[in-house]
Amino acid sequence: MSQWTLFEVFVRSKHGLNHKHVGSVHAADDQMAIENARDLYTRRNEGVSIWVVPSSAITATATDEKEPLFDPSDDKVYRHASFYELPDEVGHM
Amino acid sequence: MYAQMVETGLKQVKSLDEMGAEERAFQQKIDAEIKIEAKNWMPDAYRKTLIRQISQHAHSEVVGMLPEGNWVTRAPTFKRKLQLMAKIQDEAGHGLYLYSAMETLGADRDEEIDKLHTGKAKYSSIFNYPTLNWADMGAVGWLVDGAAIVNQVVLQRTSYGPYSRAMIRICKEESFHQRQGYEILLHMMRHGNEAQKEMVQDAINRLWWPSLMMFGPSDADSPNSAQSMAWKIKRHTNDELRQRFIDQTVPQLELLGCTAPDPDLKWNEERGHYDFGEINWQEFYDVLKGYGPCNRERVEARRNAIEDGAWVREAAVAHANKKKQRSAA
Ligand SMILES: [Fe+2]
Ligand SMILES: [Fe+2]
Repeated sequence: MSQWTLFEVFVRSKHGLNHKHVGSVHAADDQMAIENARDLYTRRNEGVSIWVVPSSAITATATDEKEPLFDPSDDKVYRHASFYELPDEVGHM
Repeated sequence: MYAQMVETGLKQVKSLDEMGAEERAFQQKIDAEIKIEAKNWMPDAYRKTLIRQISQHAHSEVVGMLPEGNWVTRAPTFKRKLQLMAKIQDEAGHGLYLYSAMETLGADRDEEIDKLHTGKAKYSSIFNYPTLNWADMGAVGWLVDGAAIVNQVVLQRTSYGPYSRAMIRICKEESFHQRQGYEILLHMMRHGNEAQKEMVQDAINRLWWPSLMMFGPSDADSPNSAQSMAWKIKRHTNDELRQRFIDQTVPQLELLGCTAPDPDLKWNEERGHYDFGEINWQEFYDVLKGYGPCNRERVEARRNAIEDGAWVREAAVAHANKKKQRSAA
């Protein structure tokens, strides 16, 4: 068994953008996880900020929940701007 | 290729009608080019085959650092030393991306590495050849990474999401590897003395055939191909990729002003491809079975690295535990 904790790594690629999941690293503690993530995922200016989170701390949706969770948003077309037809005279809105 | 022979454990590819509901839904997703993710249902054989394939691929990246590591202290200039170290560090990264992808399938990294050390897991045959002169660093980057790219570019579209994403990341970094290698050779051929030019030809003579072997056995001897292709964890046959590599490499070889150690290599107008001679398959299987020139040395170097580093990993855990206790107190 691996003796080190598995961490998920999130990198902010540029100021103003969200952190995005890029992969994982093993490390003995949080600080080492940051250092390993820096060496592994930002060797070519890929980031300006890194988050690491122990993989065990992540709660995820289960695959068999996909339909009950996400289907209800499927039939709500009125939530989209394109649902509302306005005359051309209104211009860009 | 980096995974040259991967057992699927299956004799025959099932048709959709022969599958149960879950497996049929799985196969239909693959047919529709929808990625399979870690938490999705998958057949046991798909999971096991992928663990074997990705771990072989990861082991190859890691063992692949050794032939180049041989030249870090002997690089001719400081610039070349920095370039070589950057490339080797990338290969370590490739190994780690792939081990992470493999772990999403439920495999344990340390256990899989142990299989490498006990000879139960394979890695690419190419890394069992020695790197004897500086031109080998050029030939490895150009031919070995070049062959790897041909394989990895198509694997970006592999059906397993985490593997595909690791491949995309890897491919972004590979072209630096190949270009730095080719530039080493080009520089020696254009500015080198006679002895240096001979060194380039010598490196090509030794690494040409082993590079072609990287694509694995010919299609006729690849019984696992059909299933791997159906699962889209392999996207083209070994012979197709080998031909693609040869076709793109020969013009580069000519530009160098060098030759390949193959008297049968010539352009076939009718086929629109280069013809080439028969690969020495006996040599390929021998190297894969552990009887290449450096197999023992490579595995020993890996085993020593892990064993000699054990105290560092243990100390890091002890330090982390101590810090945790202190902050709890
Ligand atoms: Fe690589
Ligand atoms: Fe590479």
